Amino acid sequence: MMEKIFGRPESLLDVPFHYCPGCHHGIIHRLVAEVIDELKVRTSTIGVAPVGCSVLAYEYFNFDVYEAAHGRAPAVATGVKRVLPDTTVFTYQGDGDLAAIGCAEIMHAAIRGEKITTIFVNNAIYGMTGGQMAPTTLIEQVTQTSPYGRNQDIVGMPVKMSEVLATIDGAKFIARVAVNNPANMAKAKAAIKKAFEIQHQGLGFAMVEVLSTCPTNWAMTPVQATKWLEENMIPYYPLGIIKSPEEVAK
Amino acid sequence: MSEKIIMKGNEAIGEAAIVAGCRHYFGYPITPQTELTEYMAKKLPLVNGVFLQAESEVAAINMVYGAAGTGARVMTSSSSPGISLKQEGISYIAGAELPCVIVNMMRGGPGLGSIQPSQADYFQATKGGGHGDYRNIVLAPNSVQELVDFTILAFDLADQYRNPVFVLGDGALGQMMEPLEFKPLEVKSVEKPWAANGLGTRKTPNVINSLYLKPEQLEAHNVKLQKKYQLITENEIRWEEQNTQDADLVIVAYGITSRIATSAMQMARADGLKVGMLRPQTLWPFPCEPLNNLADKASAFLTVELSAGQMVEDVKLSVNGKKPVYFYGRTGGMIPNPKEIYQEIKKIYGMKEAK
Repeated sequence: MMEKIFGRPESLLDVPFHYCPGCHHGIIHRLVAEVIDELKVRTSTIGVAPVGCSVLAYEYFNFDVYEAAHGRAPAVATGVKRVLPDTTVFTYQGDGDLAAIGCAEIMHAAIRGEKITTIFVNNAIYGMTGGQMAPTTLIEQVTQTSPYGRNQDIVGMPVKMSEVLATIDGAKFIARVAVNNPANMAKAKAAIKKAFEIQHQGLGFAMVEVLSTCPTNWAMTPVQATKWLEENMIPYYPLGIIKSPEEVAK
Repeated sequence: MSEKIIMKGNEAIGEAAIVAGCRHYFGYPITPQTELTEYMAKKLPLVNGVFLQAESEVAAINMVYGAAGTGARVMTSSSSPGISLKQEGISYIAGAELPCVIVNMMRGGPGLGSIQPSQADYFQATKGGGHGDYRNIVLAPNSVQELVDFTILAFDLADQYRNPVFVLGDGALGQMMEPLEFKPLEVKSVEKPWAANGLGTRKTPNVINSLYLKPEQLEAHNVKLQKKYQLITENEIRWEEQNTQDADLVIVAYGITSRIATSAMQMARADGLKVGMLRPQTLWPFPCEPLNNLADKASAFLTVELSAGQMVEDVKLSVNGKKPVYFYGRTGGMIPNPKEIYQEIKKIYGMKEAK
């Protein structure tokens, strides 16, 4: 008998993604699905995806999903988790969603130590609306609403949400990862798994920020986009575990 | 269970919600409804419920969206400025067809306005408030007893129609104390196969959603919603009539204003003027047909509101030009006394040369 060593995770439905070629959402979806499978919690998992490129996440995940208003996923997830404390609840949010319009909701979910997991996909731009400046857009980065490059004097510096959230007591695990190569994908998956385990242990809020590309709105090929991520995003948004219970215990 | 007790309006709503099986409340403090939020904070933990003070009304209504989607009976409450903040969430709740109860103890506006009683959120509650073609069921109690009865009814209607239901009160109703009783009731348990509460043994994921990118699908969803609203209109219009059998003039008033208008009507009756009253208990769906029928017998209508004239538009649409519709309103938290309303009645009789 041949042993099957690679296949579609049960937590992913067998439908093609709508994501652009070279976009990292597909990889990140898969990693989340693999983790849910490995933790054997698919039938008690509820995802919340708000407005952004991942708004159609409910078409891809093979478990219950809410589509939430822009930025409000942490509040929606709070409502779900408070009714069903034994379920696994996660939000899947972009940087416009989490760092701009949903800043209050994510901060207070962390402040309450809400027992949810957040997957924060940071591609330094608003993807769905066609490439506008986000709070995470890098200095001098050209977007549709920063056509002369992001100017610090006008809109300040890009915000490092992971570092901000790590200052909050209720946030128990915060990591920043990337999926630009197989080694980083393995690290990303380990961090995502840890973030779900923190929830299962009832410790508090956990978030994994995943740096991602947006080749379409960055106006690059997929290969160029990954290179741009490595050369520009990773230096400003350093990868690694920013906060974990083990570290806190030290 | 059916003995009379005395409770403050806001607290009575809280107790009624618990009696109705609501175990989840998400809110944010705002005068003049804060006693309700405080009551839930005190009582829900004692019945294994969840009280959570949100960081904003925006967050609170989205927590309601999350909780309602699991099939739980859930409530939020606020007063006018806070209800404005909730409108985004209410539109999503209506679009995703989730049952929930929203209490608005109205205060004067616009803007920060005042903390005194008002009925100036009638348009907001009955005509949508948020974006898109949707309707809230809007219940308008006029006593502490009705705050109780309508809160319980609100949960049943919400579940039955998968729709947000408003209990639309005002600062006066929330603050006043009156005797009331809790009639014995069985909490209606409604099957919610649509709930997103984890797959369990279910094979197909449930999705809570209001997004339909294909126009054909979104139109079909809207057609479905409109059919539901039609069904609600056919089945759920509630109103009360007093002295309308022989009335020349019919006062139309709801909530706290109907209590004052009743006194004005009694003064008029004592003077031999045939004045009656129709009190809508549901503001949406609105009692159009009963008003239209009365327009065949009565000579005129007087709408009295704590607003610059909002419900009067629905009264005019209902009367449909058959008879004149007059309006008297006070705004900003000012409350008319019965004499003032009686003066308006006399004016109208003067105009048409009362017998």
